Amino acid sequence: MLFYFFAALAIVASLLVIAQRNPVYSVLLLILSFGALSGLYVLLDAPFVATIQIIVYAGAIMVLFLFVVMLLNAPHEETDFDERTHPMLRPGPMRFGAVLALGLIAELAWALARSAPRSTFSNAPITSVAAIGRLLFTDYAFQFEVTSVLILVAMVGAVVMARREDHGAKR
Amino acid sequence: MFDFLSTNSFLIAQIGIVVVIWIALQLSAAVMVYAERKVAAYLQQRVGPTRVGYAGLLQPIADVVKLLLKEELRPAAADPILFYLAPIISATAAFAAFAVVPFGGSTTLLGLLTEPLPLHVADVNVAILVVFAITSMGVYGIVLAGWSSNSKYSLLGGLRSSAQMISYELSYGMALAAVLVLANSMSLRDIVNAQSGSLFGIPQFRWFLFFQPIGFLIFFTAGIAETNRAPFDFPEAEQELVAGYHTEYSSMSFGLFFLAEYINMVTVSAVATDLYLGGWWLPLVPESWGWLAFLAKISVLLFFYIWMRWSLPRYRYDQLMAFGWKVLLPVSVLNLIATAAGVLYFGL
Repeated sequence: MLFYFFAALAIVASLLVIAQRNPVYSVLLLILSFGALSGLYVLLDAPFVATIQIIVYAGAIMVLFLFVVMLLNAPHEETDFDERTHPMLRPGPMRFGAVLALGLIAELAWALARSAPRSTFSNAPITSVAAIGRLLFTDYAFQFEVTSVLILVAMVGAVVMARREDHGAKR
Repeated sequence: MFDFLSTNSFLIAQIGIVVVIWIALQLSAAVMVYAERKVAAYLQQRVGPTRVGYAGLLQPIADVVKLLLKEELRPAAADPILFYLAPIISATAAFAAFAVVPFGGSTTLLGLLTEPLPLHVADVNVAILVVFAITSMGVYGIVLAGWSSNSKYSLLGGLRSSAQMISYELSYGMALAAVLVLANSMSLRDIVNAQSGSLFGIPQFRWFLFFQPIGFLIFFTAGIAETNRAPFDFPEAEQELVAGYHTEYSSMSFGLFFLAEYINMVTVSAVATDLYLGGWWLPLVPESWGWLAFLAKISVLLFFYIWMRWSLPRYRYDQLMAFGWKVLLPVSVLNLIATAAGVLYFGL
């Protein structure tokens, strides 16, 4: 019962995210969708993952999103093309996005078709923080470390890109 | 009727706790308003409110009545939905965060109940993370208030708030993590009970404050920044931004922000008490009266809050950012590493 409530909330909120003209509302609806996902995690007996979902995604990342949207102060998405044109005939970025979306759908279908029979990932449900920690630093240590390197690369990249404008300016 | 009462007395007591906490949090805001005005007055060699009630004790009630009777205004250019949603988010998050904070040991209410009742609204095994998650939701109230007002002062206040929260939440979390390592648990009740042992030969005195003095300072400093109190009250810096994010608010919508700020202070103090000051454990105080000790400890911390606001000038904004990222964060990471090493090699 609660599952259907949270699932419906997540889906409706996600759909409304792309239906909004105002980016601030999009950000808020995305937070709502994250909240619904967190509710699903609670139903799955994973309170730790649920709270982390809220702290990391709804709390930290979306505040940054909102920060950027507010700084740009873009009240409405700019549409510099005719609304009536066929989606495939619209300029560059949109067509690229459509290709990416199709790729994602294909990937999802493939993944679901492949792993449909298995519903659980391990024999015992991993609920406690200690168990998650132990798994992360033993069985999945390699993936964990690679992820941290990836994040480091992204951080260095962001710093480099932010710094570039300062070259000519006096400090 | 009486059958129902006797068989379900535990459930009724549990619901009673929820109601009591809800009312107590609102009253705490009123008490804090009075305390703030009085302490501020005495720090400035004035006497503060004296007219309404004995020694001005009814002043907060007069303030609330005044707020309720004021006209509710909304700027024409403001976003109608978000403008009203923002104070609600702020107040809801402030109230909700206290739901997982335990504030006393078990009590039978002087023998009224057959089994002891633990004093908390909900006991979650990741309680400390839940508090963290809900406070991070509270930011949206301030940020949205800033944006939806469609006023430059409000917007600047909202932007400052989001940047400040992100910067200080990191150190806040790192300071917390050191306590979690010491207590080996994420449940606030377990953390408090881990501090009930004896230290220096005094029973019920094994407070984490003595193992984590730096962690406590970091936690409390970041807590002041998180609650937007002076000297870190940039989102509402009066001299620069009129009133910051709530410039355009009037009547009870402003009142809700005000309420949220004071309740957040109470919550931060309560969490700090649970984490560092031994919760309801005080030498010579029996467990069933622990909530009084808890109340006393919170009051001391809250007095500190007020004391600080009226003694320290506000930092500059770049100083705040530099302090958060270049001092507080490295120190809190070092503190965490040192604590982990201490637990691993010396078994603290």
